[in-house]
Amino acid sequence: MNTMSSTTINQVQAPEEKVMPVTEKKPEDTVLEEGVTVGTPFADDPKFKLRDVEVFYGESRAIKKISLDIARNEVIAFIGPSGCGKSTFLRCLNRMNDSIDICRVKGGLLLDGQDIYDPKRDVVELRARVGMVFQKPNPFPKSIYDNVAYGPRIHGLANRKSELDDIVESSLRKAGLWNEVKDRLDAMATGMSGGQQQRLCIARTIAVSPEVVLMDEPCSALDPIATAKVEELIAELSESFTIVIVTHSMQQAARVSNRTAYFHLGHLVEVNETSKVFTTPEHELTESYISGRFG
Amino acid sequence: MQPLNLLLLTMVLAVVAYGLGYARSRALAMPLGGVRHLKSLPGYYGVRAAIWCGVPALIILALWAAFEGKVIQSIVVGTLPETMIPDSAGEASLLMSKIGNVANGSLPPGFVEEPVAKAAELLQALQVQSKIYMTGLVVAVALLAGFLGWIRIRPLLNAREQVEAVLRWFFFACAGVAVLTTVGIVFSVVFETIRFFEQVPFLEFFFGTSWSPQLALRTDQVGSEGAFGMIPLFTGTLLISFIAMLIAAPVGLMSAIYLSEYANKRVRSIVKPLLEMLAGIPTVVYGFFAALTVAPFISDLASAIGVEASSQSALAAGLVMGIMIIPFVSSLSDDVINAVPQSLRDGSLALGATQSETMKKVIFPAALPGIMGGLLLAVSRAIGETMIVVMAAGLAANLTANPLETVTTVTVQIVTLLVGDQEFDSAKTLAAFALGAMLFIATLLLNVIALKIVRKYREQYD
Repeated sequence: MNTMSSTTINQVQAPEEKVMPVTEKKPEDTVLEEGVTVGTPFADDPKFKLRDVEVFYGESRAIKKISLDIARNEVIAFIGPSGCGKSTFLRCLNRMNDSIDICRVKGGLLLDGQDIYDPKRDVVELRARVGMVFQKPNPFPKSIYDNVAYGPRIHGLANRKSELDDIVESSLRKAGLWNEVKDRLDAMATGMSGGQQQRLCIARTIAVSPEVVLMDEPCSALDPIATAKVEELIAELSESFTIVIVTHSMQQAARVSNRTAYFHLGHLVEVNETSKVFTTPEHELTESYISGRFG
Repeated sequence: MQPLNLLLLTMVLAVVAYGLGYARSRALAMPLGGVRHLKSLPGYYGVRAAIWCGVPALIILALWAAFEGKVIQSIVVGTLPETMIPDSAGEASLLMSKIGNVANGSLPPGFVEEPVAKAAELLQALQVQSKIYMTGLVVAVALLAGFLGWIRIRPLLNAREQVEAVLRWFFFACAGVAVLTTVGIVFSVVFETIRFFEQVPFLEFFFGTSWSPQLALRTDQVGSEGAFGMIPLFTGTLLISFIAMLIAAPVGLMSAIYLSEYANKRVRSIVKPLLEMLAGIPTVVYGFFAALTVAPFISDLASAIGVEASSQSALAAGLVMGIMIIPFVSSLSDDVINAVPQSLRDGSLALGATQSETMKKVIFPAALPGIMGGLLLAVSRAIGETMIVVMAAGLAANLTANPLETVTTVTVQIVTLLVGDQEFDSAKTLAAFALGAMLFIATLLLNVIALKIVRKYREQYD
């Protein structure tokens, strides 16, 4: 009896104690409207045309009606706090989410006007056109040569050994790795340094001559010097490929990209020229994020 | 008191010591302001007191129980008159069992010689005395050591470290049991094998092509010469194991690939336990399945296509054994395939490789060492399997590579050599040890070879 009455008193008293000073509105509390993106999300004759894309993991919705165009041969950076859906969105572009059982993708995703998620679509061909580099360097436990030759062999890109050699050499050259490894192409790739491994993964990806290269935080496992080399490489690659890069580092986005897209809790908040995003962001959430108020 | 009761009593004392130690450490801690002023938690002081109380007492108990019989026996034999002192081990044990029978009342004293009856009385008296001494000593040591352990509990005493040290030795001893047992088995096999080779020439055993381990009871008996050539047995073993692996390796590996790469979670959660159940079926059941269903089926099938086949065949045993060891291959391979990092799969898929290409070119090489391990385990299981072979392949030691004929294996012969009444110094029984030693060496070599292969071809991932 006693305990009951005392609880009741506590419950009654609680609201009176909770008098708090009125604070300014926190940026996290901003209510975002679905499917609304400020800035310049659309482009003429885009490589990727993405409309009202939604991604579900089981019951929960990770991506909420995002529409975006990715232009040919641009470098676009996806930034945003952890868990905002930028990697999930990236993995929709070459259907890497397919291997996750509970993941469903809705909306229109077109690559050169063709539906990416058409059930009749050949995923092998799609991934040959849209390559991907992962967060952690993941060279196969094979020789350096075999790593780069892996894709060309699968797709039958070389008819002779000499052609394959040429592809391997030019890919390693493009990845800025040739001079470092030309004398030890038979060495295990897993014995290289982290930065070399990541550049090898990039060489491996461009060996199949993709049109688009997706990069999921490619430098997050690398030291600053290796990062600088990879960023240099991205700048060079941007001449021949469309590059979509997810990054946690705003400096990196500023250094390598033409356009920057800011993601927040599954929404695409703002897309603009990179220089504009980092100097005069249009949306208050973007502004708070790049000024380091949260994230 | 009987040793078992004494063991229980010591344990009870140890538990009491735990409680007292716990209570004393708390009592010491309270005036200081709580348990945190002790070097260790009260539980550690309790365990320490229990160790002090129990361990020395149990060691004494074990030693006493181990040597009691020998000591009493030597005293009893010492009192016998010069003429009755036994001069061989066999006689000594006969005499002792006679004395023992008189002592426990199953043989009336009037039926035996005077000194034996006396010795029996002495034996009985000594046994009673020994029990009393043992009980007294063990209880005294437990109480004394327990008291010492208890009284020396102080807040600054680091009981935790002492308990950890004792536990360390305890775990070491447990690990030592397995190692020592293996060493013991190896030595006993080696010594018996040496004795075997004193009776049977080396070359005959290793290169003889006929196996009939019969020894003549009379010198003029027909077929008095036994033959101890191990070649037919080893070819039989290899033949059956080979057939079994021919079934188990591909089926097991492919089902592992299906389960780990293709099956969804639900299918996997149902199929995997079902598959593993195959390993839980007793081999006797497999044996009569092989003997009553598979073997007749094979012989019918063979005669239908005009090939001669005996009713028991290596093929029947091998097929059923293959089914039995599928789970060894599949379960282990499934585990190692799952252990290959997802990032390697992603890397391959992102380059446009299909699932099967990824499997073949990336996952399989990376998982190879583990898969080899699984296959090896399956092979050693196949070599060691006895029951299925006895029932389905027969006992005749034929030197043949024809799987439709009846063959026998090393393990089966070991069983038949040792079943029934045997003397343990004839070449026939000693042959079992020699075969066992060969089997041991064979599996050892297999392991070494597999390790070499694994080292050479492994693709390390990190």
